[in-house]
Amino acid sequence: MSLTELLNQGLLEISAALGRREVSAVELATAYLDRIDQAQPELNAFITVDRKHTLQEAALADEMRVASPDLPWVGIPIAQKDLFCAKGWRTTAGSRMLENFISPYDAHVVEQLNRQGFVTLGRANMDEFAMGSSNENSFFGPVKNPWDLTRVPGGSSGGSAAAVAAGLAPAATGTDTGGSIRQPAAWCGISGIKPTYGRVSRYGMIAYASSLDQAGMFARSAQDLALLMDVISGHDPRDATSVNRQDAPCSHGLHQPIRGLRVGIPKQWFGKGLSDGVKAVVESAIQELLALGCEGVEIDLPMSEQAIPAYYVIAPAEASSNLSRFDGVRFGHRAAQYKDLGELYEHSRGEGFGPEVKRRILMGSYVLSHGYYDAYYLQAQRVRRLIANDFERAFERCDVIAGPVAPTTAFPLGSFGADPVQMYLADLYTIPVNLAGLPALSVPAGFDHGLPVGLQLIGPWWEETRLLQMAHAFQTATDWHTKRPASYSGVTQ
Amino acid sequence: MTQKNWEVVIGLETHAQLSTLSKIFSGASTAFGAEPNTQACPVDLGFPGVLPVPNRAAVERAIRFGLAVGAHIAPVSIFARKNYFYPDLPKGYQISQMELPVVQGGSLRIQTKAGEKVVNLTRAHLEEDAGKSLHEDFQGQSGIDLNRAGTPLLEIVTEPEMRSSEEAVAYARALHALVRWIEICDGNMQEGSFRCDANVSVRPLGQKEFGTRCEIKNLNSFRFLERAIEFEIKRQIELIEDGGKVVQETRLYDPDRDETRSMRSKEDAHDYRYFPDPDLPPLCVSTEWIAEVAAGMPELPEVRKVRYETELGLSAYDAGLLTATREAGEYFEALQSAAKGVDAKLCANWVNGELSAALNRAGLELTDAKVSATKLAGLLVRVGDGTISGKIAKELFEIMWSEGGEVDALIESRGLRQISDTGALEVVLKELISKHPTQVEEYRGGKEKVFGFFVGQAMKATQGKANPAQLNELLKILLAGD
Repeated sequence: MSLTELLNQGLLEISAALGRREVSAVELATAYLDRIDQAQPELNAFITVDRKHTLQEAALADEMRVASPDLPWVGIPIAQKDLFCAKGWRTTAGSRMLENFISPYDAHVVEQLNRQGFVTLGRANMDEFAMGSSNENSFFGPVKNPWDLTRVPGGSSGGSAAAVAAGLAPAATGTDTGGSIRQPAAWCGISGIKPTYGRVSRYGMIAYASSLDQAGMFARSAQDLALLMDVISGHDPRDATSVNRQDAPCSHGLHQPIRGLRVGIPKQWFGKGLSDGVKAVVESAIQELLALGCEGVEIDLPMSEQAIPAYYVIAPAEASSNLSRFDGVRFGHRAAQYKDLGELYEHSRGEGFGPEVKRRILMGSYVLSHGYYDAYYLQAQRVRRLIANDFERAFERCDVIAGPVAPTTAFPLGSFGADPVQMYLADLYTIPVNLAGLPALSVPAGFDHGLPVGLQLIGPWWEETRLLQMAHAFQTATDWHTKRPASYSGVTQ
Repeated sequence: MTQKNWEVVIGLETHAQLSTLSKIFSGASTAFGAEPNTQACPVDLGFPGVLPVPNRAAVERAIRFGLAVGAHIAPVSIFARKNYFYPDLPKGYQISQMELPVVQGGSLRIQTKAGEKVVNLTRAHLEEDAGKSLHEDFQGQSGIDLNRAGTPLLEIVTEPEMRSSEEAVAYARALHALVRWIEICDGNMQEGSFRCDANVSVRPLGQKEFGTRCEIKNLNSFRFLERAIEFEIKRQIELIEDGGKVVQETRLYDPDRDETRSMRSKEDAHDYRYFPDPDLPPLCVSTEWIAEVAAGMPELPEVRKVRYETELGLSAYDAGLLTATREAGEYFEALQSAAKGVDAKLCANWVNGELSAALNRAGLELTDAKVSATKLAGLLVRVGDGTISGKIAKELFEIMWSEGGEVDALIESRGLRQISDTGALEVVLKELISKHPTQVEEYRGGKEKVFGFFVGQAMKATQGKANPAQLNELLKILLAGD
C-alpha cells in the first residue's frame, strides 16, 4: 500500500503499517502535515499547525514504539479541537481572547491520547468558545466544507470534521454541547460520536455550557470511533461530573449482530422543517437497518420541540458565568487602553470576544438576573427534565432511536449572518440529546445534491456500544462512509 | 439620645476558615504566609478548562459543626455560583451555597451578665474564599495574591436575635471557642481565619417590625465587633431621632477613627445571579457519614461541663471555666488523667486558681503555661499523698514556674518533704512545750486558742513541713499532759 493510500485508511490499517515498520511516525506525520499545508489556504481547518512540535512528538512516538511494541496507537496522528488545553500548545478556543494563550497543563482527553502515543497534527478550527453551528464564528476565520468550498462544514467542531473529511487527519477530537460533533460530522460525510454526559472527563476542556458539554471523536468509521472511545473514556477524579463506572470497552461489542434490535423512529422528527432531500436519505438509511433485521417502532418525543428555547436559556446562562474568568487580569487578552478597573474589564472583554459570544453572555446574564431567574432558568430546567422523561419513555419501547442529524445539508457561508435565531433552529434534532445527556452518533447515510447527509443514532445512557454496533453493521452493509470529496481524495497528491 | 427607648437587633454572619490541609476545590495548600501566588494551582487561578472537586475534609468539618450546634445536616445540599467581577476573584464567581446549605438551623448557648441566652442559627454553608488585593507597595498598580483563593470557609449565620453588643460579642466568643473546641478552625483572627459581619438595626421598643439594617463587614476582633456595633447603634438612633432614615447599606468599620463608613448602598448592590454550579453534583451526606463523623467528635463543652458538675462534683463556676476554651479543656483533661487519685476539686482549684493567676501575671495564654499539665499533676499527686502540704505546694509551683524542674527532685533537693515521722515531730513539740510553760498552763486552764499558737510555732520550727493532721493529733496528746 502506498503512503498516499495509507493516509486514507482506518486506525487498524495505519497501526498495522506502523507495527510492520512500513512507515514511521515521523513519515506519517510529515505526510499529513504536507496535506494540511496544501489544504489550509482553502479549508482553514486548523488554527495552529506547528510542524516542529508535531515532528518532535512523532520522533518520540517512534522511540516509544520500540520501547512499547504492544501499544497499538503509538505514532497515529490526530487533530485536536482547539478547545482542549494541551501543554505547550497554543489553545485559543477560536477566540481573540485566547489568541496567545499557551496552556500550562493537559486536558484529560489530551493526556489519555498522549499516553497511548497519539501524535498531535495541529489545533483544529472551531466556532469561538464552541458557540455556533457553522464555524463562521471563529476569530481565525471560517472553515470551508471540503465537499463544497462555498459551504460551511457545520460547527462548532468544524475544523475537526473538515480535517478528517479532507484526509488531513485520520481522526480528530471534538466537543458537543448542542450538536457540535454530530452536525459537522453529518455535513462533512464522516462519523462522529457524542458520548453520554459524564463518560469522558471535561477536565481541561474549555467550558461553554458545563452541564451539556461532552468530549467526543470524529473518525472515518464507527469502528475507529469505538477504538478511540476506549482511549478517552473513563473516570477522572478531577471532574466531579465524571461518572465512575466499569463499562466493557466499546470496541468489544462492535461485531455483535443487530438483528432484533428495535429502532425507534420519532414521528415529530420527520414532519415540517425537515428538507425532502435529507428526509429521503434518512428514511432509506432506516430501511437499510430494517433490512439488516432491526425492528422499526414509531416513538413519540412531544417535548423535543421545546428543546431549542430551553437550550438557549440554559447554555447561555452557564456560558455567561463560565466566561467571566476571561477578564484580562490573569491570562488572555488585555486591552491596551483603560483608565480604571471597569474599563480594563469592558475593553478587554469587548475586544476579546466576538459578537456571538457577547450575544450569549448577554442572554445568559439576563435569564439569571434577579426577577427573571424563575421564569427562564428554572422553567428551562423543568423543560429539560420533561425532555429527558420523553426519551426514557421512548427507550422502554426501543433500543436505539434513529433520525436526522440536521434538517438540511450544509448551507452556504453567510446564509444566516443577520439572523442567528434561524441558525439556532437548525439544531432541533441534536439539542434534545444534550439536554437529556444521552449518547448519540452520526454516520454518513448518503447524499443530497452532492452534499453528505448523516443518520443520527441515539441510545439510552451508557449504551455507546449498542450505537457503535448498529453504526458498524450499517457501515458493513453500506459504503457511504468511504466516500471522499473529489478534491481531497488523495488523488491530487 | 435616649437609647433606652430603642431596641437593638443584631444578627451575625461569621466566616470560619476550615482547618483543612488543602483547598476546598483543589489540592493546593492552605498554609498561611507563603510568597504571593505560590499556593495557587490552575484550579485556584481559574484557568480555562479547570474544574472544582469538593474536599471531603471540608465537608466533614461542616458536619462536625452541624452536630455540635444540634443542626439538621442536609442529606443533599447544592453548591451555587455567586457571580461578580473582582480582580481577586479568579473565576468571576464564588462557589458558595445558596438555597440548600449543608447545615440548617441549630443553636448556641451564650453567657452574659444577665445570664444565659440561646442564639438560634439560621444556617451554615460551605464556600470558597477569594484572593487578596494588595494596594500598597505598587506604584499606580494593584497586586493580586491568590494564595487564599479557594480556602474553605464555613459561613455561619444567626437569626437576628441578639439585642446588644454584649450579646453579640458573647455569641462571637462562644462560637470562636466552639469551632476551636471541635477543631474545625484555628480561630486565628489576625490571619483572618475567623471574621464577622454584623447586621445591625434599631426599632422603637415594642415595635414588631424590624428597622432597616446595615451590614458592617469584616470585623476581625471581638473589640472591633463591639466598637463597631456600639457606633452603629448610636449612629442609627441619632439619625432617626433627628428625623432621618437609615438606608440599607454595607458599611466598613475604621478602627483608627472608631466609626463605620458607608461602603455601598443597596442600590449599588450586585445582582449576583446565583445558580446551581453545573460543575458540581449535589453534595450528598449519608447518615452513615454523619454517624462516622459523630463517632469521632470530641466531648462537647456543654456535655463536659455537666459531667464535671455531676461526676466530679465541681461547682458550675469551675466547670464553666474549665470548658470555656479548648485549651482549658485539654489542660484539665490532661491534668486529670495524669493526677491519678487526686481529688478533682483540688485539680480544678489549682487550674482556676494558682495556674490562672500565674498566667495572668505573666500575660501568657494557657498553651504557653510554664508548668505543663503533667508537671502540675506530679505536684498535686504529692499533695494528695501527704508528701507536701498545700502551702509547700504553692511555693514549689512558683519555683517550677520560674525555674522549671521536676517536683520530686525539688522536694528532695530542698528538703521540703513533709514531716510525717511522729518521732521527729514529737521531739520538736516536746521542746516547744518545755520552752513555753505559761502557754501550756493557759491551754490546760481552758484557753483553747493557745492551741493555734503551738501549731504556728511548730510549723515555724519545721519550715512548714509538718504534716498538719499529724501535728494536730500529736499536739493535742502532748498538751493534755500525762
